Amino acid sequence: MQHNVNWLQALLVLSLSVTLGWTVEVQRPRGVPLTKRQFYDEAKPFTCLDGSRTIPFDRVNDDYCDCKDGSDEPGTAACPNGSFHCTNAGYRPTFIPSSRINDGICDCCDGTDEYNSGASCQNTCKELGRKEREALQKLAEITKEGFLLKQQLIEEAKKGQQEKQSRLSELQDSRKGHEDKVEALRTVKETAEQPEKEAKERHLKAWEEHKAALRLEKEKAKMAEVFLELDDNADGFVDVSELQTHQELDPDGDGTLTDTEAQGLLGGAHKVDSTEFMNMWSNMKEKYVSEVCPPTPSSDLDKDPDSVYPEDDLDEDAAGEDDEDDDDDDDRDDDDDKVISPLQVLEKLSVCERERWCLLCNAALLPFSFRALEKEISFDFGPSSEFAYLYSQCYELTTNEYIYRLCPFNRVSQKPKYGGSETSLGSWGSWSGPEDNKYSVMKYEHGMGCWQGPNRSTTVKLTCGKETAVVSTSEPSRCEYLMEFTTPAVCLEPPNIDTQVHDEF
Amino acid sequence: MVSQSMGALSLGWFALCLGVAVAVDRGNFKTCEQSAFCKRQRAMKAGQSPYRALLDTLELSDSRVTLQLINDNNKVHLLLELYRLQGNMTRVKINELKPLKPRFEVPDVLIADPPTEPLSVVSRDENGVVLSLGDEARRLIVSAQPFRLDIVEGPQVLLSLNSRGLLAFEHLRPRKDTSTFGKAWDRIKCIFSSEDDNQPGLWEETFKSHTDSKPNGPTSISLDFSLPGVEHVYGIPEHADNLKLKSTDGGDPYRLYNLDVFQYELYNPMALYGAVPVLLSHNAQRTMGIFWFNAAETWVDISSNTAGKTVFGKMLDYVQGASETPQTDIRWISESGIIDVFIMLGPKPADVFTQYASLTGTQSFPPLSALAYHQCRWNYNDQEDVRAVNQGFDEHDIPCDFIWLDIEHTDGKRYFTWDPSKFPKPLEMLQDLTDKRRKMVAIVDPHIKVDSGYKIHSELRSKNLYVKNKDGADYEGWCWPGNAGYPDFIRPDTRAWWASMFAYDQYEGSTENLYTWNDMNEPSVFNGPEVTMHKDAVHGAWEHRDLHNLYGFYVQMATAEGLIQRSEGKERPFVLTRAFFAGSQRYGAVWTGDNAAEWDHLKISIPMCLNLNLVGISFCGADVGGFFKSPSTELLVRWYQAGAYQPFFRAHAHMDTPRREPWLFGPENTALIREAILQRYALLPYWYQLFYHAYLTGQPIMRPLWVEYPGDASTFAMDDQYLLGRDLLVHPVTEEGARGITAYLPGQGEVWYDVHTFQKHNGAQNLYIPVTISSIPVFQHGGSIIPKKLRIRRSSSCMENDPYTFIVALSPQRTAEGELYIDDGHTFSYRTEKKFIHRRLTFANNTLTSRSDFSTPSWIERVVILGAQKPNKVTLRMSSLDFEFDTAMSVLTLRKPGMNVGADWSILLQ
Repeated sequence: MQHNVNWLQALLVLSLSVTLGWTVEVQRPRGVPLTKRQFYDEAKPFTCLDGSRTIPFDRVNDDYCDCKDGSDEPGTAACPNGSFHCTNAGYRPTFIPSSRINDGICDCCDGTDEYNSGASCQNTCKELGRKEREALQKLAEITKEGFLLKQQLIEEAKKGQQEKQSRLSELQDSRKGHEDKVEALRTVKETAEQPEKEAKERHLKAWEEHKAALRLEKEKAKMAEVFLELDDNADGFVDVSELQTHQELDPDGDGTLTDTEAQGLLGGAHKVDSTEFMNMWSNMKEKYVSEVCPPTPSSDLDKDPDSVYPEDDLDEDAAGEDDEDDDDDDDRDDDDDKVISPLQVLEKLSVCERERWCLLCNAALLPFSFRALEKEISFDFGPSSEFAYLYSQCYELTTNEYIYRLCPFNRVSQKPKYGGSETSLGSWGSWSGPEDNKYSVMKYEHGMGCWQGPNRSTTVKLTCGKETAVVSTSEPSRCEYLMEFTTPAVCLEPPNIDTQVHDEF
Repeated sequence: MVSQSMGALSLGWFALCLGVAVAVDRGNFKTCEQSAFCKRQRAMKAGQSPYRALLDTLELSDSRVTLQLINDNNKVHLLLELYRLQGNMTRVKINELKPLKPRFEVPDVLIADPPTEPLSVVSRDENGVVLSLGDEARRLIVSAQPFRLDIVEGPQVLLSLNSRGLLAFEHLRPRKDTSTFGKAWDRIKCIFSSEDDNQPGLWEETFKSHTDSKPNGPTSISLDFSLPGVEHVYGIPEHADNLKLKSTDGGDPYRLYNLDVFQYELYNPMALYGAVPVLLSHNAQRTMGIFWFNAAETWVDISSNTAGKTVFGKMLDYVQGASETPQTDIRWISESGIIDVFIMLGPKPADVFTQYASLTGTQSFPPLSALAYHQCRWNYNDQEDVRAVNQGFDEHDIPCDFIWLDIEHTDGKRYFTWDPSKFPKPLEMLQDLTDKRRKMVAIVDPHIKVDSGYKIHSELRSKNLYVKNKDGADYEGWCWPGNAGYPDFIRPDTRAWWASMFAYDQYEGSTENLYTWNDMNEPSVFNGPEVTMHKDAVHGAWEHRDLHNLYGFYVQMATAEGLIQRSEGKERPFVLTRAFFAGSQRYGAVWTGDNAAEWDHLKISIPMCLNLNLVGISFCGADVGGFFKSPSTELLVRWYQAGAYQPFFRAHAHMDTPRREPWLFGPENTALIREAILQRYALLPYWYQLFYHAYLTGQPIMRPLWVEYPGDASTFAMDDQYLLGRDLLVHPVTEEGARGITAYLPGQGEVWYDVHTFQKHNGAQNLYIPVTISSIPVFQHGGSIIPKKLRIRRSSSCMENDPYTFIVALSPQRTAEGELYIDDGHTFSYRTEKKFIHRRLTFANNTLTSRSDFSTPSWIERVVILGAQKPNKVTLRMSSLDFEFDTAMSVLTLRKPGMNVGADWSILLQ
């Protein structure tokens, strides 16, 4: 009996919306949104909104489900598929499933869903509204600033793109130069070989002469090696910055090889080719320390050269040093750990073999530069290349146990904070956001395998932020990692803030 | 040194895991051949019993008959006790007449000393004695030489003991090399003529790297039972096998020894986590049960002449005549203790359940919410994860009552604690769940980390409550926390202390919506023999060997008691256990342990739970989705559909598997899973009522069809479908890519209704039903009324006050009956204050009626009110009553109100 009284009350409720000082009264059955008010006319029989049936109006909200679509019970829990409209004045109006009406849990911030359960619900809409407005405002500010940053990123990306394109054609153009250089080296070598040949032909030669000739040959071969070694970007020239990676050449011993000093060593030129370098070599040969590790006896000499240069690593190498002024020592060290230097191999070769190898080196290095560039250009850096700036960068986050490292478009890894080896959590796979927002999620796959499980993989969720940073990591499922990453590159054009919060009147 | 050996151990366990990555490593577990006593016993030949009953020692008292037996080979005397128990049961006990020291008898499992009824001697001569078991010409015949017992009813033998002569009782004896009895013993022959005391495995036994010191030497016991006319036997869980037990001829016996079996295999008799030594026999005329009351390692051999073997012989001829009768022979072999057998004589299935319940008690009546859906995973990583899962159920509009936390929630596997970085604020987390009217279960295992800074450990140590090793020091083994001690739950003081640890002020971060899960309570010991405790570990006066299968039973008992105590006796506990024994039904729920995401594991969940239900443990379920490995979406959906119709409904997953909350498989599959869970919630009133009945009467909840159709032989081996209570028949789809199933609808002249379409089908037919991925074939029995709640909310608590829908399924006679049970859903007040509604619903003569369970024709004649004032008018249901008023004494007498005393009414004085 008590219920019936309540249902009668429920039939028509006075909806009071108090917003900005206005009071508006709208009569309609409990749980009906304003937009559907016209369908609930108490003077007429009610037709289910799907048109399936017409019932007397007193069966609306009588706590018995008559309409298949649940439309006759907008304010009770009677229909399994019904929904209840919370006005939530001061916050956002919302629909909740009918099953949450009078279940003892406050779902609507205005508390209107709990009118007969004994639950006492506070009206928290104003507070929520205020908080949301604040949050939105904050978000809007971030979005605004982030979006500006994004514009810059797009500009930079454009420039970078152009530079890379032109460098690509530059590289193509200097293919001729490389061939010349190969020729020059061949000349050097032949000159060096000449005494040996003569010695062989004649069978007898004065010992001193022979030794001097050999010394000369060695000197020249060494010089050729050094040239290759110094010419970090393989453009056929050794320049000041490349020379500056060898601080030991510092003439005044103050520990710094300044631009001027380096230029001095190069005979006053900013850069020199191999022929010019021959003349300068004597200035530095006493101090020069080779970059390669001391050679160790190797039995891998007849290895296929392709297997000596793992492609990816060389790509990385080229990518990391694609600019004249880039002298990233770290990258170099990394690479030296992984790659057997061609020069290391050369040390162990006979003159004749060296000849062949030098040609191969040149032939091989050139395509690497091309390929690295081509690969970088081929990445999908977003509609306006706004993600290009992440390429070749790495971002870290330290948690209680681990240091996580995200190198966008490359790999994700995890390293125990207190020692232990690094574990790959996946290599770049693809953009894998939903269709309408593809660039919101990155997927890294094929990381280290898990015992009895899949290979590790990482999903990176990108959100708009002023900073570029990894903000959280988790492992929701074994060996499936989740990273949250903020970047301006996903910031959308800020919408008009004023339209964010509606109040229903 | 310590850390070094710990490292080695952990490495060993890891290697063990790696070694068994594909399936169970059978090499870790003994076969009968590798278990010295089983091998010894099984080598005995039938038909050569050395035992003779000494009839002149017979003593008859009010409650029992005693009689001595002698082993003619070694002259050792045994004492036989025979009891006639109330409710058509017979108890047979055999112990040594004068054991060197007491032998273990199982305590705490029987709910009371079974009440006896007088036995009388009907006749006796030099060949035997005939005792009366009451009316109906039911007799117990004791034959003297060789000793055997037969229970007969009229001309029919129901059951015979030692009919194959496999009674063997290894008496306690002094150790040859260490005692003054040594020389004397040399002359005593062993009970086994082919053996002597030098036989390996008598005084020491080694399995893999573990040596069992066996200080008491050989102590095993064995007895055989013959069941003439029986082809179907069931029970003795837990095994991953069909409902109907198979012949063990040519293979290993069924083994009962609680073990933590990693990735168990299906369809074999290997021991699993729990043991209930109860076997049921059934034929169209009679159902009986044998309760082998022993908690030591036990093996059960089953053979049957209809399985093509004829191992019994002429011994039955004198009562039986014909040799063509089908027969099943059972042989129980246990490592220690005494022979103590309850024979439950039925005759109907329901009688056997009642008889067994009278011994070990009935299913505990759980809180209603425990019958709803449980979401578990090893592990929900942190509070944020729990929050997100909790919210996920609301976002996807899927009901859920419990979220579970596995071992990772603790601070370094120290139970009763919380990981300070992952679960820093458990009270907040539990409040979040309370806000949604949901609950939580956190795991509490019995292995206790040896760590002097850990309160639980230091109290156990200082109170000296740990199990001891053979040398008297605290037993330590390797488990999740590393080195661990094991509380001696056999001791009442240990259990009382353990229970007190669940008090809110002891178990920090616990609240009343936090319940408990006892895992690893076989007990699991990673570096122990067969991954469990050493048999020569010591529990006070007893060896672990004597009571191994009881350990898990006690853990759950003490935990449930703790949950009751923390609420000062008001709230019903909910405790899930992996290990169990006879009587475990009194303390909560069990699940089938670490299964796998495979179709066969889904299939086997039905017979595994059916066999548990047959032996009293109704609250059974399997990990939905499969624990190990990752289910296909189809398998997961099918498992939800099947699990929704099994008593304990919990999804669980191993930590190495991808996440599988119900909404992770696309909207279509989310909808399918939601629908399965909704069906569960809609039926909660029926489930609750089934549990109430199981609690009251001991009748199982999940029933093989033969329980309700005992004469229908086509149902006897059926285990792909079952009944829930009496009125719902469930045939889950358990085949990959199924297009249809064939359900057997029993009952000649009866009808069944498809619960989804309401289509009526005749009984006694095999019905082919086409199925789609959304199909869950369930049928309601014509003649039943089932209460449902169709307003499904986010948890069962939210549905507390919701209205009911009655589904009245008419019989061909256009009648139906059912009932409705309602109480507060979580306290003991249904018991202590009788606060409940129990209505009987009937439909007959086109009238649907609800009445109280008990009715009386008595009516109210008059009401006398003292100290009253004179009213103007007195009304009962709008009509006036006559009254008299005595002004002098202020006494008001109402004349003939006339209503039935059982009716609801009110009288108004105006």
